[in-house]
Amino acid sequence: MTMNTQGRPTAPGEAAVTATDTFTGNRALQIEEALLFEIGRYDVTGVDLDEPETFTPRLGKLARKTPIDLPGLSEPEAVRHYVRLSQKNYSIDSGLYPLGSCTMKHNPRLNEKMARLPGFADVHPLQPLSTVAGAVDLMAELGRWLLEMTGMTSVALSPKAGAHGELCGMMAIKAAIEAKGEPRNIVLVPESAHGTNPATAALIGFKVVTVPARADGTVDPEAVKALLSPQVAAIMLTNPNTCGLFERDVVEIAAAVHEAGAYFYCDGANFNAIVGKAKVGELGVDAMHINLHKTFSTPHGGGGPGAGPVVFSERLAAFAPLPFVRVTADGPVLVENEVALEGGETPFGRMVAFHGQMGMFVRALSYMLSHGGDGLRQASEDAVLNANYVRVGLRDLMSQPSGDRTCMHEVLFDDHFLDGTGITTLDFAKAMIDEGYHPMTMYFPLVVHGAMLIEPTESESKASLDLFVATLRDLVLKAKAGDTARFLEAPRFAPRRRLDETRAARQPKLKWEKPEPWSEAAE
Amino acid sequence: MRYLPLSGTDRSAMLARIGVPSIDDLFADIPKRLRVKGLDLPRAAGEMSVERTLGRLAAKNVPASTVPFFVGAGAYKHHVPASVDHLIQRSEFLTSYTPYQPEITQGTLQVLFEFQTQVANLTGMEVANASMYDGSTATAEAVLMAHRVTKRKKAVLAGGLHPHYRAVVETTSAMAGDSVVALAPDPAGTEDILAAIDGETSCVVVQSPSFYGHLIDLAPIAEKAHANGALLVAVFTEVMSLGLIEPPGAQGADIVVGEGQSIGNPLTFGGPYVGLFATRQKFVRQMPGRLCGETVDAEGRRGFVLTLSTREQHIRRDKATSNICTNSGLCALAFTIHMTLLGEKGLGRLARINHANAVELAEMLVEAPGVTLLNDSFFNEFTLRLPKDAAGVVEALAARGILAGVPVSRLEPGRPDLGNLLVVASTEVNTVEDRTAFAAALQEVLA
Repeated sequence: MTMNTQGRPTAPGEAAVTATDTFTGNRALQIEEALLFEIGRYDVTGVDLDEPETFTPRLGKLARKTPIDLPGLSEPEAVRHYVRLSQKNYSIDSGLYPLGSCTMKHNPRLNEKMARLPGFADVHPLQPLSTVAGAVDLMAELGRWLLEMTGMTSVALSPKAGAHGELCGMMAIKAAIEAKGEPRNIVLVPESAHGTNPATAALIGFKVVTVPARADGTVDPEAVKALLSPQVAAIMLTNPNTCGLFERDVVEIAAAVHEAGAYFYCDGANFNAIVGKAKVGELGVDAMHINLHKTFSTPHGGGGPGAGPVVFSERLAAFAPLPFVRVTADGPVLVENEVALEGGETPFGRMVAFHGQMGMFVRALSYMLSHGGDGLRQASEDAVLNANYVRVGLRDLMSQPSGDRTCMHEVLFDDHFLDGTGITTLDFAKAMIDEGYHPMTMYFPLVVHGAMLIEPTESESKASLDLFVATLRDLVLKAKAGDTARFLEAPRFAPRRRLDETRAARQPKLKWEKPEPWSEAAE
Repeated sequence: MRYLPLSGTDRSAMLARIGVPSIDDLFADIPKRLRVKGLDLPRAAGEMSVERTLGRLAAKNVPASTVPFFVGAGAYKHHVPASVDHLIQRSEFLTSYTPYQPEITQGTLQVLFEFQTQVANLTGMEVANASMYDGSTATAEAVLMAHRVTKRKKAVLAGGLHPHYRAVVETTSAMAGDSVVALAPDPAGTEDILAAIDGETSCVVVQSPSFYGHLIDLAPIAEKAHANGALLVAVFTEVMSLGLIEPPGAQGADIVVGEGQSIGNPLTFGGPYVGLFATRQKFVRQMPGRLCGETVDAEGRRGFVLTLSTREQHIRRDKATSNICTNSGLCALAFTIHMTLLGEKGLGRLARINHANAVELAEMLVEAPGVTLLNDSFFNEFTLRLPKDAAGVVEALAARGILAGVPVSRLEPGRPDLGNLLVVASTEVNTVEDRTAFAAALQEVLA
């Protein structure tokens, strides 16, 4: 069978072929929906506009000569088209979404309502500052909450997503090293890290050196110390880590890193486990990004937009990029360019046009205000409680690579429990789809064979977790009992059976093309 | 707390099942002395209270819809049909994630396939990705991609590139150890960019319509770039212009990047927006970001998956083409729905309305004493030279309830020679009354 580099099958394999026997191909509420380009027409529009009166264009010789090839739909057709497509998606609103490290928690609709207030949604980033005082106040207030939760000194709000925040943090570290004139070009990254960590470090010219993990997936301070040298710029550590464990030696690691003159970047992807329980500033972290779309519930939106503000320790605070909000006795001030800098402010540059993901700032602050300091702490406790409840519910049937120990907000299993069944982690995940669940994160972290990383989040009730655990237990028993077809053929009830990823990659078809007879007829 | 389903009874029962006496036992790996006692933050608040707090902040801002509004320079006030915002708030779009499990995310995947096709067709390119964060970061990524393709390290930035975009490219390049030749700001649209291209140039980055509004003929620049083994990266900040002007793909561009906010997405003080990224088929494996591709399922039915992921960070780690891990999914969805509603017919008409409004406004504003228009060509945005400091004029007009445009000095503060320049945008939202009020107020302020 074709495998990708993680050992995950990428072709449908042995799934049985069973054709749909309806005329339409539909299956009741599962409606087949053609592409826009197959149902749209070039003379149809769903937006009524009056043609402008005659005028003299000022386009020079660059007026468009070629047609665009963009079919349109009327409003009822467009609404039906996109509603039908939406119905082919799983979502948090429809069920438990235990993607480890992604923190798929409930998205409160109050946050959507707040972000749509015209005073936030309908203001331009470059209209006079005298007309956007409330927007700057909101940025300052969000920054205040983030700094209090993390015990850090300054914040850069502008990064657009987690990986962009990582880039921001690592750029600040690079700027700090260059300011000291030191030739440090190595970044230490544990092997359990998200792929974005090494990719980020490499993007700005750092050499990545991998730190091996201990058997339980945590980082050994001795392994870090052995790699530290005057060439090491930083360590990028995720805490809690991607195995769902709090790095219990984090303070010792931070001290060693600082002793060697390097910086400690913390990947904050798993911040949801420790809000109100530990402050990363007190753990020795110098920079950490915060995924507002994870911990603070701005919607994931099918893959973005995210938001990745970065908090800095005193050692890096001065290097925070433009723009930033300076808090003064007369209120907050938006600092947009070098000319407005004051003493001690040495930003490394600019990450984005304008000021960052304001729409996400509003949603995140709405979430924070709703929870309050007490509720944020309770949310972290519940997230950790829920993950451990799932862990003890499954530990006798599934295998934990780190042994039987408490976890943080997510619990990691490997595929050892499937040995001899002929069923892979992927098969197991696809069988979960048939049971009505989005699968957990699969094959990550890479340090664990056939990893299954489950993050239930605090949004699940006890009853929801009980059913989830019972379902997984039933699947494990069926796998062990030799009911293999159930797994190899899965999913059987989803809008699509397994898809051929190999074919997609070998013969890439990345946009719609007119079918051959059509183009011949047109010529 | 309304968002937390566990009751006190539930928590006790669950702790008992886990076999620990208290919740703190689950946090035992955090060193005791570092455990936080409490946060210096307000306590939980109900919906009404949160609405009051945030409502007060929102009320301190002036929404674009409430005044004659002419601010552009990289973000544009357009009308978004009501159905767009309704559809993007469908739970299944709003609260799903990256389509890691394609069997249960065909909705998102098919939308991305439609989005990629629309962007490729609009820009006149062969392939487009599933979107980037925004136009500025897409531009920085385009430069990095051009370096990979050409195996060179020097980018030339035209003087009409948005100053923030220039800053983002310069920041990234400085950090990556690449070199950048940024030409001086070009408000007149007359610079000789051809002279800046040589045998070491990896790419030349040209914005059209430029930051100052000029439409740039890309064909000769593409020709010179290609003759020197370099790529042409074409940039736009106003995607609506592509409804009316010749697409960069037809003018020889190798990579086309830009901001897609104008279609489907509100201003929201600068974000979230949606970066568009398109290129030639032959460069697809050097592209950053997610790509959706067509395939079949086990029953032979058409379906869609994320593909060519061996370029990406989760597989390639430090050898990836980019560290990007998300796209701008929901904003891309809004773009695609709005574009679908417009269709070719609607987009063309909307673009003509924008252009007509801007032409009329320019003609009215140059009637004011001492005001000159710097553009021969433009789409919905142009640059005026005022007889005095533009920032002061903008403030004076704001005091009269008119948001008149962006003083160039806000983005080029170190250039006193640009202090009198004002970038003005006019879109379909402006009425003739808006334009008349602006022209009259400008006369007054300059009198």
